[in-house]
Amino acid sequence: MHIVVCIKQVPDSAQIRVHPVTNTIMRQGVPTIINPYDLFALEEALKLRDVHGGEVTVLTMGPPMAEDSLRKALGYGADRAVLLTDRYFAGSDTLATSFALSQAIAKIGETFGRPDIVFTGKQTIDGDTAQVGPGIAKRLDLSQLTYVAKIASIDLDTREIEVARRAEGGTQLLKSRLPCLITMLEDTNEIRRGSLQQALCAARSQVVKWTAADAGIDDLTRCGLRGSPTVVKRVFAPTARAERAAQIDTAERGLQDIADELIADILTRRPALEHELAFNSGT
Amino acid sequence: MIEQFDAIVVGAGMSGNAAAYTLASQGLKVLQLERGEYPGSKNVQGAIMYANMLEKIIPDFRDDAPLERHLVEQRLWVMDDTSHTGIHYRSDDFNEAKPNRYTIIRAQFDKWFSRKVREAGATVLCETTATELVRDGNGKVIGVRTDRAGGVVFANVVVLAEGVSGLLGTRAGLREMPKPETVAIAVKEMHFLPEEVIGQRFGVKGDEGCVIEAVGTISRSMAGLGFLYTNKESISLGIGCLVSDFAATMESPSALLDAMKNHPSIRPLIAGSEVKEYAAHLIPEGGYRAIPQLFGDGWVIVGDAAQLNNAIHREGSNLAMTSGRVAAEAIIKVKSRNGPMTKANLALYKTMLDDSFVIKDLKKYKDMPALLHTNSSNFFDSYPRLMSHAAQTFMRVDGTPKIEKEKNTTAAFINARSRWGLVSDAVRLALAWR
Repeated sequence: MHIVVCIKQVPDSAQIRVHPVTNTIMRQGVPTIINPYDLFALEEALKLRDVHGGEVTVLTMGPPMAEDSLRKALGYGADRAVLLTDRYFAGSDTLATSFALSQAIAKIGETFGRPDIVFTGKQTIDGDTAQVGPGIAKRLDLSQLTYVAKIASIDLDTREIEVARRAEGGTQLLKSRLPCLITMLEDTNEIRRGSLQQALCAARSQVVKWTAADAGIDDLTRCGLRGSPTVVKRVFAPTARAERAAQIDTAERGLQDIADELIADILTRRPALEHELAFNSGT
Repeated sequence: MIEQFDAIVVGAGMSGNAAAYTLASQGLKVLQLERGEYPGSKNVQGAIMYANMLEKIIPDFRDDAPLERHLVEQRLWVMDDTSHTGIHYRSDDFNEAKPNRYTIIRAQFDKWFSRKVREAGATVLCETTATELVRDGNGKVIGVRTDRAGGVVFANVVVLAEGVSGLLGTRAGLREMPKPETVAIAVKEMHFLPEEVIGQRFGVKGDEGCVIEAVGTISRSMAGLGFLYTNKESISLGIGCLVSDFAATMESPSALLDAMKNHPSIRPLIAGSEVKEYAAHLIPEGGYRAIPQLFGDGWVIVGDAAQLNNAIHREGSNLAMTSGRVAAEAIIKVKSRNGPMTKANLALYKTMLDDSFVIKDLKKYKDMPALLHTNSSNFFDSYPRLMSHAAQTFMRVDGTPKIEKEKNTTAAFINARSRWGLVSDAVRLALAWR
């Protein structure tokens, strides 16, 4: 089976800050990492390959330096890496990104074999939209399985897949057909460490680099800034709240007294609450 | 499939990159192992880089290496608690077409160096720790074991460029664990300031840079050195002392650095800066007498792992680069005459290194570490205080006759150290310097 995993190189958000004057994100000198959610997708893909055989292709769209992330993915054991890089892609929002990626996945299908599953992470840590995965599924007409917590079974003969999907209020067990797109939830697995042989292969293998033209994208108006209707009107860093949490010393007084005092305090601040509570307990 | 390389280089710091680059560019099949996430992620230095030693490896490095500032001014300060007495040397001659010294930021510089190594044809594996040397029945090193699955790789020769605290050489008994009295621990902070502010504060323009090296009461009677290096948009500020001294005095490195930052001579230079990085590193300071056996059957040791560091001139990376290059050149010579990588053949590395500035400089100062460390309270506390006091007495105009001032100053020195003590310190210092 052929699995395509879409990954994104993102700034390590633990180390990023917003410029105090210009309110822009200070990317300079911030280390980049593979979007952590994508690693759950990659590991799931590698696990499926180990069981069912086949190949895992990792795909990313980004500047030339995004090659670092692809090399890393190869080091984890991916079989092939494709870097979609072109200045026409600069400034892409989720619409333009999912367009470009879906075109590239179609091209990957033509070149290396039709994918049975396309994986993405749940979302990225820099955009947090969770829109690109569904956008790809829609464009490529793939069954869309989002927030997947577990892949219960895959039957390559009947082309059926069963997954557990996290939904509000519980877990849904879904059965669908291949090919499909899966966005993988966090904490569903742990990325492996590639063997020495895989690390050596990764260090030596060539990353496939495609421009827009290479990926068969003719309509450049749908790419990059031109293809991105999203407008960022303003970016701001949230200011720290002036209010500080109070520390309560429990050694001197009894907990009952403290609790009574706090409840009285809360009710003084929000007088309406007393009425609501009385109403609720009455029904 | 078991892979055989011509050489495995363990470590991607200055010495390892120099060795891997030199070997690979001569067509040898080279594998370089680095435990960090990327080359440079684990590497810490002040940092000043000396052009001459890098030119001998990559002559046109200035074309694309990430360099911060070239140095036009160097200040040597002797400090007491409120003052500094200094020698400054600044020269427009350092504004030359190919400047001699640069400040660098290792995380960026090492990435560049590693890219050169890969372009030269070496295979570089990061996040891969060499855990053990593999030997044949006769004890010859024939490869290394790594912490990855299926992790043994073989080579004709292993270059140990694993840094001061690398475990491979010590585990294999090729060298001793560094002793507390032969390694210093240095801590540094990166203080970010706008480029123009640095320009104004240090009187430099464009890519010109200034460095300050300081000794005195900032090291609290321990043998130590404080430093301040200007980068493009940041200042590297740090201090280091021997590990054994820290242990004996129970001082903490970070407390020393905090005190140094608040020194009235330093504070205004970093005022308003934002600290974005804090790093600590061990520095080999044992000098000539601490250099281990440098070669054996199937292995050579280079750089910090070989204690090749000149603490007196605070030169380390150039000794590292040179030892890496020289080791590689020796290996290439042995290979070119189809010689096996035996101890007898690899002795060529030692011969070539002995002939270079690396061993000659370390030999010159072979007695210096012991002298400074056993007399640290004199050299790093008493004398700096006396010197500051003398300078202040000299400068201050208060109606005291000059002859009296001189007498007082002389008396202060004799009181502090006695005539014999002064003469003996001077003689010992001169001897150690010779």
